[in-house]
Amino acid sequence: MNLIQYILTRVGAYFVILFIGITVTFFLPRLMPSDPIEGYINQIQTQAGQTMDPEAITKLRQSLRELYGLEGSLASQYVNYLKKVLLKFDFGPSLSGFPKPVSEYILQALPWTAGLLGISIVFSWLIGNLIGLLAGFFHNTRWATVLEVVGVVLYPIPYYILALVLILLFAYVWPLFPLSTTIRPGPISLEKIRMIIYNSFLPALTLVLAGFGWNVLGMKALSFANKEEGYVKFARLKGVPPRTVMFQYVAKNSFLPQITALALSIGGIFNGALLTEILFSYPGLGLRMRTAVGNGDFNMLYGTVTISIIAVATAALIIDLLYPLFDPRIRYQ
Amino acid sequence: MKFNLRLKIGITILAIFVLASFLLPFLNHVDPTKQGSFFKNLRPSLEHLLGTNSQGQDIFWFLIYSIRNSLILGVSVSIATTLIATLVGLSAGYIGGWYDRLMMILTDSVISIPSFPILIVLGALVRGNTSFMIVGIILAIFGWAWGARTIRSMALSIREREFINTARFSGSNRLEVIFNEVFPYVYAYIVVGFINSILFVINTEAALAVIGLSKVEIPTLGSIIFWALNYNALFTGQYLWVIAPVVATVLLFLGLFLTSTGYNQMFATRRGHA
Repeated sequence: MNLIQYILTRVGAYFVILFIGITVTFFLPRLMPSDPIEGYINQIQTQAGQTMDPEAITKLRQSLRELYGLEGSLASQYVNYLKKVLLKFDFGPSLSGFPKPVSEYILQALPWTAGLLGISIVFSWLIGNLIGLLAGFFHNTRWATVLEVVGVVLYPIPYYILALVLILLFAYVWPLFPLSTTIRPGPISLEKIRMIIYNSFLPALTLVLAGFGWNVLGMKALSFANKEEGYVKFARLKGVPPRTVMFQYVAKNSFLPQITALALSIGGIFNGALLTEILFSYPGLGLRMRTAVGNGDFNMLYGTVTISIIAVATAALIIDLLYPLFDPRIRYQ
Repeated sequence: MKFNLRLKIGITILAIFVLASFLLPFLNHVDPTKQGSFFKNLRPSLEHLLGTNSQGQDIFWFLIYSIRNSLILGVSVSIATTLIATLVGLSAGYIGGWYDRLMMILTDSVISIPSFPILIVLGALVRGNTSFMIVGIILAIFGWAWGARTIRSMALSIREREFINTARFSGSNRLEVIFNEVFPYVYAYIVVGFINSILFVINTEAALAVIGLSKVEIPTLGSIIFWALNYNALFTGQYLWVIAPVVATVLLFLGLFLTSTGYNQMFATRRGHA
């Protein structure tokens, strides 16, 4: 398979996944037995104390259906939805923040999620893999065993538990960090950057710890296996210093599968980031989703979900497209 | 069969959890979800092993019922996901061709589309009138893909082996080959996938419950934390209400993880390669 073929296949798969994801978010609410519009009208009616006349309700229903894009046949709704989402990035107005469009809220939240995720993935991947490499290369030392035990214990702990433990330890028992995120709006200054780091520290630590065990265990198994390969033995017998053997021989070959694994697991990490944001009231996509559920703001909900699917698919695509840079076998064929 | 250390520790933890959560409820005669059954905020004692919370519920019994419900949900949903994964994986790997390609596009989409946002939408849509059963069905929709992928690649590698052809030429039909020849080979992976699926299901339900988007009226490892946070257990110093489910969850997940990796290791050594 040459490079162009590799890229074409991967980009093709990207569009298939986007298509399926956006289709699912379109059809899911329409297949559900409950109707959010009737629910909303009922809510207004109970608030108004049944003083609304039937004609006004019909009009309200009409305009709400237009707002949600529920007019016309299912097929034409679907085509309209695809056009609006893909070409214009338009999810309609937010219902709780009417008439501000959903896309504006998303653009506000997106940098927070992207920043939090990007930084913690890089840290957790680099540190985890480095430790895994050391533990696999020196597998018969005592601290390699200790590191493996740490990895095994950390690996299955879910995101929400890590978040709760960190909140309990570093916001209650030993209040080093704030309980939930409060960042005043305003221009970027040194003081504001300090506030952002201070407020993002615990959520980021949650994500780093959650990915840590996974990276350590994966890398340890890989480098342990590669260490026994013939070319490594040959290098060692030839008198190549151990440090060079570890970084130039074992590490290079072990990092490749870990890059593929990262691309595959990015969806799971993203899920964890959403949950972490909600628990720390961190102003990203996850918190937007949760408040949208609380407010019955369905436009906002579908907007954030669609953006999540696009973001995760794009991130995985980027990692896979960067892969040839690291793998000479694909690059030179 | 020689059990390795991981498997021993894992199975011991799981056995304790299963026995405790299924047998102990016979000794208890008070509904742990009922508020005001006992005095509020009691310290741990012989009568209330973990004390009581601000709602007058016994934390120990609430936890036991939570573990039991989470286990029931995890195991029953995992039976469904394992069946789907096995059917999809074996048939795709063995039949191949356009069917395989179609199934793999579906599987890869389920894997790479982030499930949590979609679960949040579903939680919002069925909120209020959802049953525990619907939560289970929704989780099953997302739980089968990883297993199907593994089993498919196993089936694919076995398909070309000699004994498959022998079976075919001796007059076995496709179904017989899949079940008599391929299945025994992939069975260890199915067991591992089953245990991993239990972990996934309990974790996902708990994650949804913690933020209030599951059926929180039913005690599970997630909903117990939801209620604790809801009644500000940390602010009011009822640390045990949060720490107890946290410790139980960590131990249970460690048990499941050790069992699955330990079992995998045992079969790898029996096969002679990892």
